[in-house]
Amino acid sequence: MAVYEHTYRNYSGPPTSEWSRFLIIPRHAFRDVFKSKLFTAFFAICFIPLLVEAVLIYLHHNVNALAILRVNVRELIPIDAYFFQTFVNLQSGFAFFVALLVGPPLVSRDLRNNALPLYLCRPFSRPEYVAGKMSVLLILLSAMTWMPQLLLFLFQSYLEGARWFVDNLWIASAIFIGSMVWILLLALLSQAISALVKWRVIASGAILGLFFIPSVFGEVVNVIFRTRWGNIISLGALMKNISAGLFGTFERTTTFVTDFDGDVLNRVVLTEPPLWASWTALFVVCAICLAILSAKVKAYEVVK
Amino acid sequence: MATATKLPEPKSLPDPSNFAPVIDLNELSVEFGGRPILKGLSGELRGRAIGLLGPNGAGKTTLIHTLLGFHPPSSGTAHIFGKDILTDAKQIRALIGYMPERDSFIAKMNAVHLVRLMAELSGLPPEAALERAHEALFYVGLGEARYRGLETYSLGMKQLAKLAQAIVHGPKLIFLDEPTNGLDPPARARMIRLIREIRDSGQANIVLSSHLLRDVEECCEEILILKDGLIAVYCNLEEERKANRKFLVLETRGDQNKFAAAVANLGCEYALTGDHRVKIVLPDGIEVRDLYRIAADQEMQIRRLSYKRDSLEDIFLKAMENGHGSL
Repeated sequence: MAVYEHTYRNYSGPPTSEWSRFLIIPRHAFRDVFKSKLFTAFFAICFIPLLVEAVLIYLHHNVNALAILRVNVRELIPIDAYFFQTFVNLQSGFAFFVALLVGPPLVSRDLRNNALPLYLCRPFSRPEYVAGKMSVLLILLSAMTWMPQLLLFLFQSYLEGARWFVDNLWIASAIFIGSMVWILLLALLSQAISALVKWRVIASGAILGLFFIPSVFGEVVNVIFRTRWGNIISLGALMKNISAGLFGTFERTTTFVTDFDGDVLNRVVLTEPPLWASWTALFVVCAICLAILSAKVKAYEVVK
Repeated sequence: MATATKLPEPKSLPDPSNFAPVIDLNELSVEFGGRPILKGLSGELRGRAIGLLGPNGAGKTTLIHTLLGFHPPSSGTAHIFGKDILTDAKQIRALIGYMPERDSFIAKMNAVHLVRLMAELSGLPPEAALERAHEALFYVGLGEARYRGLETYSLGMKQLAKLAQAIVHGPKLIFLDEPTNGLDPPARARMIRLIREIRDSGQANIVLSSHLLRDVEECCEEILILKDGLIAVYCNLEEERKANRKFLVLETRGDQNKFAAAVANLGCEYALTGDHRVKIVLPDGIEVRDLYRIAADQEMQIRRLSYKRDSLEDIFLKAMENGHGSL
């Protein structure tokens, strides 16, 4: 089949390894994603908080810089679990918007253009297709969340010393696990919505709705029934609790109902759902997403 | 884009019965929601180019999809190049190219990008995939348009792009589902020429599903006709044409059904074409005068009688009439 020979011939070279074939999808997808200058600019902006974080860590260990800025080290935020949790949460917010921009068209575009038979008639299975599409978001969001955060953790360890590294290794695991759970949730949700809704704008709206509508509804439940169990249907609250649990800042809060002057009217003890409940709810959400993907990602829809 | 091209004369192909079976159907059944679509298909398909024919809903596309592993069989199985579609699906798909019937492409991609992606997914390294994507697009005649977005392609060009993605990895078996759908005559001629070239290269077997008997007749050496999920006919077209049979086309006036029944009693095979015509195969020992005698008995008029070579249309119509596997 050479260009000038114009004859059909089989391919006789060595094939690529099967296990890594799903990574072909993100490689081609990134080319399309970064074609948009607007998105590239936004993606670059997402790294600004990390720069601030790096500067703060640096200032903590540089007396000369502090002297020049006339800042006392005590005036800076201490570098501890809360410090990393704050920045991880900030990056998670950016990750949400990146997922909102990149996620919706990934599967819907293929479904709309009937492209799935082209993928699935090759030595490429449905799970590989889903893994490939998900890895577009997993790689992109990892690059802006846990990867730089771990590098900054290592930077802090380098400046503070090996002892600090050993004592705070659990923070690194919290950064990694917390970010991965969030990224996986975003990737699964956006893929599931993308498989259900063929239009990008509607899919983006649906993802937004999935985060905000249950949160509002959950808050209504909390207020009416004087509980915190309404948080179990709020994805944002679930993630907040899980993140707090991982960073060791989770508290089953006692809340007071107060009047406008801040006086205590009636003391009501409100406790957050336990962490296991948050994990279970998250697991259920992920299972539903996987079930949707399993039902929708097919070469052809069979009308029974 | 496509230009009118005179089709080359068909080459004489080797006898398919000498080949190992390409597709081996073993009581293959497929059901959708309890509704049987394919009903226990059995047979060995050996030809270099196999035509898959049948009316709408006969199960042609379902058969292709099942062989590709898109639908699980409800019972039975099939083998492609000796590999089981149930247990060796991935290995089989590495050997297969598929051109779907409907428009299938990935949005915001040009042809080179799409075909390259498909080649990589088939297991080709990126460099080889890119090289072969260019080659495949030149081969099908989209060389000059290969950097254009697929959304801007005409229907004929989309069909060619689909063919390019089906052959880019050099498969040993190519499923073509209605490849000439919606093509104008020059584009159709070009598509048929390409299919015949691939067939004649000897590097790939082809299964061509089409409603257009002419396409199948021009490209295929064997045909499989499905009717209501069953194999109505499986035969070698060339052999059928060469067979020493007497085919007659009669133009009649009167009650055709009575006449046909009487002709069948004589041992003749027949097909009613609905336009006062009856096609008849005369077995040995039956002469034309016997037909005139029957016509006289049935008070039928035979207005015209001509000898005719068996065509695919005859085979198809007969299969639709009889609905059984014999010819």
